[in-house]
Amino acid sequence: MSMNTTTNKNYTNFFQVKTKHKGLLAWLLTTDHKRIGIMYLVSILSFFLVGLTFAFMMRLEMLTPGPTIVDAQTYNSFFTLHGMIMVFLFIIPGIPAVFGNFFLPLQIGADDVAFPRINLLSYYLYLAGAFLALYSLIFQTHIDTGWTFYVPYSLRTGTDVTLPLIAAFILGFSSIVTGLNFITTMHRMRIKGMTMFQMPLFSWSLYSTAWIQVLATPIIGITIVLVLLERSFGFGIFDPTLGGDPVLYQHLFWIYSHPAVYIMAIPAFGVISDVVATFSRKSIFGYKVMAYSTMSIAFIGYLVWAHHMFTSGMSDTARTVFSFLTFFVAIPTGVKVFNWVATLWRGTIVMSSPMLMALSAIFLFSIGGLTGLHLGSISTDVHLHDTYFVIAHFHYVIIGGILSMFIAAMHFWFPKMFGKMHNEKVAKVGVVMYFIGANVLYFPMFIMGYMGMPRRYFDYLPEFQIYHVVSTVGSWILITAILLMFTNLLIAIFKGKPAGSNPWGAKTLEWTMPSPPPLLNFIDTPVPSKDPYDYSDHDERIFRDLKNKENIINQENS
Amino acid sequence: MFEQTSRYSGTVDSAMLYITVISVLMLLLITVAMIYFVIKYRASKNPIPTPYHGNTAIEVTWIVIPTILVMSMFYYGYKDFADLRNTKEFDEEYSVTAKMWDWDFKYENGTVTDTLYVPVGKTLKFNISSLDVLHSFYIPAFRIKQDAVPGRQEFVVITPEKTGVYDIACAEYCGVNHWNMYKKFIVMEQDEYYAWIESQASNKKDEVNTTEEKPTESESNEMSENGKK
Repeated sequence: MSMNTTTNKNYTNFFQVKTKHKGLLAWLLTTDHKRIGIMYLVSILSFFLVGLTFAFMMRLEMLTPGPTIVDAQTYNSFFTLHGMIMVFLFIIPGIPAVFGNFFLPLQIGADDVAFPRINLLSYYLYLAGAFLALYSLIFQTHIDTGWTFYVPYSLRTGTDVTLPLIAAFILGFSSIVTGLNFITTMHRMRIKGMTMFQMPLFSWSLYSTAWIQVLATPIIGITIVLVLLERSFGFGIFDPTLGGDPVLYQHLFWIYSHPAVYIMAIPAFGVISDVVATFSRKSIFGYKVMAYSTMSIAFIGYLVWAHHMFTSGMSDTARTVFSFLTFFVAIPTGVKVFNWVATLWRGTIVMSSPMLMALSAIFLFSIGGLTGLHLGSISTDVHLHDTYFVIAHFHYVIIGGILSMFIAAMHFWFPKMFGKMHNEKVAKVGVVMYFIGANVLYFPMFIMGYMGMPRRYFDYLPEFQIYHVVSTVGSWILITAILLMFTNLLIAIFKGKPAGSNPWGAKTLEWTMPSPPPLLNFIDTPVPSKDPYDYSDHDERIFRDLKNKENIINQENS
Repeated sequence: MFEQTSRYSGTVDSAMLYITVISVLMLLLITVAMIYFVIKYRASKNPIPTPYHGNTAIEVTWIVIPTILVMSMFYYGYKDFADLRNTKEFDEEYSVTAKMWDWDFKYENGTVTDTLYVPVGKTLKFNISSLDVLHSFYIPAFRIKQDAVPGRQEFVVITPEKTGVYDIACAEYCGVNHWNMYKKFIVMEQDEYYAWIESQASNKKDEVNTTEEKPTESESNEMSENGKK
């Protein structure tokens, strides 16, 4: 067993460490990847709560037909703000910015990312973009274009579109810089003796995500510039009255925004892989296939953007080609799901809160993925496009697969980040409520969508009301679950028991140092094993005995 | 869930059913395996894991079988849609113009209405355009949707097989009254339709102002019936 059974008391962790700056400045001017990760965590969660509030109010508005709490114009702003905040401020930076920053160097045995100062720059770009977006969303006339900014509507609306677009442009740079930093870090900073194919799969997921960030994000940047030029100076690129083509905008938008879905999803897959391997006490089934499938999802993800446009007026040939290509994304994604399930086989399953969340995520994400098949097939998509079916599909992926893995990552790595252990019972209650809430909230939307309820509707026909009511009740369950889990973690920061260096019995390198980690991460140079999840000599009974002893020592010390 | 309104809507529903059945089977397979493994190999029962790194034959199997399945789904969704798009002969043509936040329906004889009347059993072509921003011509009952793009003309083909009153909705977000673009799509018996369209034409000669005349009493009854559906 490589586990440290005693906590090394003779070190200063990265929270305590003294730098030339004091107080808040020691955080704001830090180049420590761990502090930057924590700053991202705080910012991203704050924006998430804002987006969640808009989601809550949208569902409340949908409770009854006609105006329930707001008018149509305000509702249109709600779904625009919800979409923009959740997509650009939460789910795209999400896992890479928080857990990537904190854990990528730890997982590959590095003392920081390759460009620590650029890392801080990318945080400030994020913050600048976020504040600009929030300022314009809240203090200007509320934007009402939907998060997709489709032209010509976004060229004509009287609401303020310019600032949110500039904000999205700046946020794009934050994303590109982070991606570049991660790619370099993985190529140049891996500890001696660790090859690319010995990295944990979470690191692999960050690697392929980083390539998408670097290669796809510039396209949205250029598109935004074109829209701004058109809005301000009347360039005729997209506006048909000036001889432009609105469908061209959709192409450019989705060339970025479809790969962006994989920027959101692939890191979540990485977390599932690490969590499932750890709590099955087993190497991941088909490690290399998992790494390759991560890369191929990233690659094929580039070739399928126009499946968002089957009804937009593309040629029939284009529809056919994009439908055909779209189905190929299903293959590597399916392989991942099968491999996770196969990893459980003959393992030693420990049902911790992150593991429970990962299993729930595999189920919910599978629903999201499988309903993607309905939307990839042309004739069914033409019926389902722009209905609640799409909302349900997308949210099963995002809430079921990605947000849930963000929360699972919070629980999995919490002991390492803060050196404290949260209450596992409360966390598991939260996971179960989350699972129920997500299904009650989103499943009725599949039915509504198939019956023909279009999305972005302030009001609806009476036959849809029952589904909307169920869905709104689901939103209350889901929000309660999220707040319960967050509160549980917040309490643990102050009142949690000391966690020790490796409370979960995980094998990747971030668990070889004391918690919270020291400033330059590793006290002793770690020795990477050939298999990142090497449980070849594991016995759960011995591990539990050791852990109990460690807990007793920790309690005596504290 | 819906009555079968046209041959095409039937094929969409069967494609839907085909994909759903396969999806549900896949989901069941994954879920049952997951629950079975979690119970069988729980830590208290199985404290020592068996190292196992993968199996090429299994991996290949679950790459090949899903590939075949999804290709069949692609074909299913593509074939009927292609047939529909390749229809070359139409009995009637209509032009559908979207604007914020209304639809105009224009018939071949120049009549303009804000409810769309069509004959049953004929192959109908709808030429769709927009005067301002994007809209989308959506008739859920016929599984048909087409964006209305300003500066372009798109088309859809519908061959209704059942008389009745159906909803037309706008499916592409277009501003504050996007939700309020519901219109009726009324499929009439052929003789009834042709009598009505004739009368509209002669009306038009009498008065320059085209006033829309609701066809018959039975239609408006049916309308309220369907409203309750």
